[in-house]
Amino acid sequence: MAAEEIKIHVEHLKKNFGKIEVLKDISIDIMQGEVVVVIGPSGSGKSTFLRCLNRLEESTGGTIVVDGVDITQKKVDINKVRENVGMVFQHFNLFNNLNVLNNMTLAPLELKKATSEQAKEKAMQMLERVGLAEKAEAYPSQLSGGQKQRVAIARALCMNPDIMLFDEPTSALDPEMVGEVLQVMKDLAASGMTMVIVTHEMGFAREVADRVIFMDGGYIVEEGTPEEVLLNPKESRTIDFLNKVL
Amino acid sequence: MVKIITVYGNMLLQAMGKTLLLALCGLFFACILGLIFGLMSVVKNRVCNIIAQIFVDVIRGVPMIVLAFFVYFGVPYLLNNMMGLNTPVMTALQAGTICLALNCGAYMSEIIRAGIESVDKGQMEAARSLGLSYFVSMKRIVLPQAIRTMIPSIINQFIITLKDTSILSVIGFPELVNTAKNVQAATFKSFQTWFIVGIMYLIVITILSRCAKVVERRLNRGR
Repeated sequence: MAAEEIKIHVEHLKKNFGKIEVLKDISIDIMQGEVVVVIGPSGSGKSTFLRCLNRLEESTGGTIVVDGVDITQKKVDINKVRENVGMVFQHFNLFNNLNVLNNMTLAPLELKKATSEQAKEKAMQMLERVGLAEKAEAYPSQLSGGQKQRVAIARALCMNPDIMLFDEPTSALDPEMVGEVLQVMKDLAASGMTMVIVTHEMGFAREVADRVIFMDGGYIVEEGTPEEVLLNPKESRTIDFLNKVL
Repeated sequence: MVKIITVYGNMLLQAMGKTLLLALCGLFFACILGLIFGLMSVVKNRVCNIIAQIFVDVIRGVPMIVLAFFVYFGVPYLLNNMMGLNTPVMTALQAGTICLALNCGAYMSEIIRAGIESVDKGQMEAARSLGLSYFVSMKRIVLPQAIRTMIPSIINQFIITLKDTSILSVIGFPELVNTAKNVQAATFKSFQTWFIVGIMYLIVITILSRCAKVVERRLNRGR
């Protein structure tokens, strides 16, 4: 990347759920504008890792520095950090009680980031970008899965985040809708957004990722360019996993 | 029967008014208590959870008639006679309101807790991930959705509370049952008196549940 600025710095991250160690020792630096794709078998801790990055999960040990702020410190205003870190969920999580436009303007308005007109204009711009401008007045229940996920991405973008986290954004979609969501993500990657993506879409990973991380058993087992990890994996666990999914 | 209506009708209607007043006062504070304790039972804080749990367990575990005697006679006795304080006299309306608020509040807090827990966890997570605080997320996203599922139970609880006001006749509040007792004592016409009172409750509660149905349908529209 042109500007070699570290956006996310993770050092010896640990996370336990009760007695179960989900993340054992994760260290990684993610650069400005980098697209990192995290793959791995279910239960490997990849979603937990992602959720630690905006403290939806509290880490048990180690440090996570996002945009220069150590979010593992208790006294950090995590809401301020989250304003700059968008997240897209597997099950979309659009606000069911609000229409598309209000879904998108809620946070900017509540956090006084924009006036009502500005927020609306920004929301329409973002809807335009994901190709759903005509759905502004619709309620989430009236949208297809692919449309919901595109709105969810647009909603996150309304906060002007520096970083976007994607937690298996296409896993709950019907196959014919996966493409439209991946296209939006590709455009976003091309625009220089820093992205961390947990996914099972290997084709997408190959095409878009700057770096692929293979996680298993709470560790990063292997990382490198898509060519290195997906085409010429060195670790036997990576080879096993790729044989199963490809 | 006609004689009872012509002679005591006005008195019974006024008593029904008192019943409704008591129910409204009780419900108002019950909603506040219910919301406070309902929220305390869902927040991630052990102390809050335990306090809310104790409140619900204690109130649910005590019959309301006992609660009424305790609040109206027991507490003033404790304060004035045993502790030597000189507290102002509590009216039956105040004591009745406190009883209803506590009793109904405990059930309301359970309804509110269940309603909040019925909302998908992802809604809160999505709101938090945008940088909204816990309480803003609760207020703008979770509670509005929880209320939809809570409405039928809340209305049910309103009706139960309205009927429970009759228990407060024991502390001498001149609501409908208390007044009817006097009417019956004056006329010796038990059948007619209690028949009329029964019909009066039935009418008010039927109107209430019809209104409730309308509200419910309106809330569910467009969903």
